[in-house]
Amino acid sequence: MPNFVRPALVISIVVALAVFPLAAGKYEVDLIAKILVLAIFALSLELLVGQTGLVSFGHAAFFGLGAYTTALLLQDPDPRSFWLVMAAAMVVAALYALPVAALCLRTRGVYFIMVTLAFAQLVYYVFHDTKIAKGSDGIYLTGVPAISFAGWVPFDITKSLPFYYVALALLCAVYALLAMLERSRFGRALAGIRVNEQRMRAAGFATYPYKIAAFVIAAMLAGLAGFLKATKDGYVNPEMLAWHESGAVLLMIILGGLGKLRGAVLGAFAFVLLQEVFKNDAIFGEFAKRWQLLLGFTIIVCVLVLPHGLVGLPARLRRRERHDG
Amino acid sequence: MAETLLVARAITRRFGGLVAVNAVSLDLERGAVHAVIGTNGAGKSTLINILSGEIAASEGTVELLGQDVTRLSQPRRALRGLGRSYQRNTIFPQFTVTENCRLAAQAVRQRPWAIWERAAESPDANQLARTAIERAGLTHDAARLAGSLPHGRKRQLEIALCLATTPRVLLLDEPLAGMGAEETERMLALLAHLKSDHAILLVEHDMDAVFRIADRITVMVNGVAIASDTPPNVRANAEVQRAYLGEGH
Repeated sequence: MPNFVRPALVISIVVALAVFPLAAGKYEVDLIAKILVLAIFALSLELLVGQTGLVSFGHAAFFGLGAYTTALLLQDPDPRSFWLVMAAAMVVAALYALPVAALCLRTRGVYFIMVTLAFAQLVYYVFHDTKIAKGSDGIYLTGVPAISFAGWVPFDITKSLPFYYVALALLCAVYALLAMLERSRFGRALAGIRVNEQRMRAAGFATYPYKIAAFVIAAMLAGLAGFLKATKDGYVNPEMLAWHESGAVLLMIILGGLGKLRGAVLGAFAFVLLQEVFKNDAIFGEFAKRWQLLLGFTIIVCVLVLPHGLVGLPARLRRRERHDG
Repeated sequence: MAETLLVARAITRRFGGLVAVNAVSLDLERGAVHAVIGTNGAGKSTLINILSGEIAASEGTVELLGQDVTRLSQPRRALRGLGRSYQRNTIFPQFTVTENCRLAAQAVRQRPWAIWERAAESPDANQLARTAIERAGLTHDAARLAGSLPHGRKRQLEIALCLATTPRVLLLDEPLAGMGAEETERMLALLAHLKSDHAILLVEHDMDAVFRIADRITVMVNGVAIASDTPPNVRANAEVQRAYLGEGH
């Protein structure tokens, strides 16, 4: 691909997303906004799974902690600083991630998967079974996070359009940060750990702190996504912390293609849009009630046909063409 | 007088009731290849893993460049000048040869917090990588994907990855494993060349090669070093002949 194609493509996608609300109704804007938030969540897990090779099955814990922190900070009708609440959501996620990482990273492979799941279930049951935040009922946000400039609040973030643009801006920022990280020495070291940790240690890398750092950064970004999710919905419940949320985000990055940042974003879009299509009873009639079945089947087929995910599709098509021609 | 870079004293490692390595001592000197030979299960790999810090010794001490490193982890020993290669390649197959060596070289100056700096543009790591590639004789393969190299070249890359961090002591675990005659010659020439400024410990099964290149040979049987001497003396040693060299040599 020539040098200018990639940046041109990225810019046109961002521009398309930026002008999309002008042409679409409120339902579509909210739907894409939901995807933008999930894309941040998926990107955060991609750093862990795709870049570092650590398959976590408990990533929803940090998403949910970010959301609950947001909800608990917004129990007064008074608006609070957007930046402050956002930072708090990320810090709380990081504070839980640190000991969890330190313990989980003592294990490997399938044990790591199970231990991360256990720590996520722990948080789930804390919120589900205690009165900290009204248990399984979940809680509503009474206040709103406000972006203000010297007392002037230019927009209400809980409205569709402002939220959409804030989410888009934050997604771009997270993507840019992770792209920078990937090319840095830190990112290369994570890639080295993924491919061959033994060689990294023999070369002189203390791999344990590297993995802890990756885990904590991933958790913070998941906390950011959780903060946005809570702000958007105005409501949180323990299901956000549950294992099927961890599973869904894992499916997104697998569907999109592991090891590539754009795969995570693509996966979030594909996952939610497929869900929308299968839930549509105008297309599937009675069967739309069983959308999980259709979605599950589609994902199985995708993984079988596209082992490198959706990002691997162009290369696969090119190969096919060469074979035919 | 030769410079002694690594001193191991009375290294012992027990796995439950089994004594895998039993009070083995050895010195590695700059300019010398010290070979460790022995049958499978004699404790050679355990010994090399203890020296490199991958597993802890039950007893005994390891000194590197005059400092006690017995309690240091493998990465910290590596940063103090200990490099090792593995019997099975530990290269990064989907990276190029240059990227492989640059990544290893990055260990010297890691700067993980400097996330705005591109790894590919770090002059020091690039310089170290270039030198390592050159010394290992891989200059013409620098841009190739490591996974696409022929076996012998992969073994050379394994050595280049060790050299990238400019170690003083090299622990080489069967660098000749699976090599053809020509590849073996090339590797032996490389080792002879590296000997001048490194202390080398060589674990190897190819006896002809060992007797050609080693300056000193330690023979291990059931975790015990039964002899440690120059090649001619080892060859003449009756106990060694009985225990190990017996039939073939």
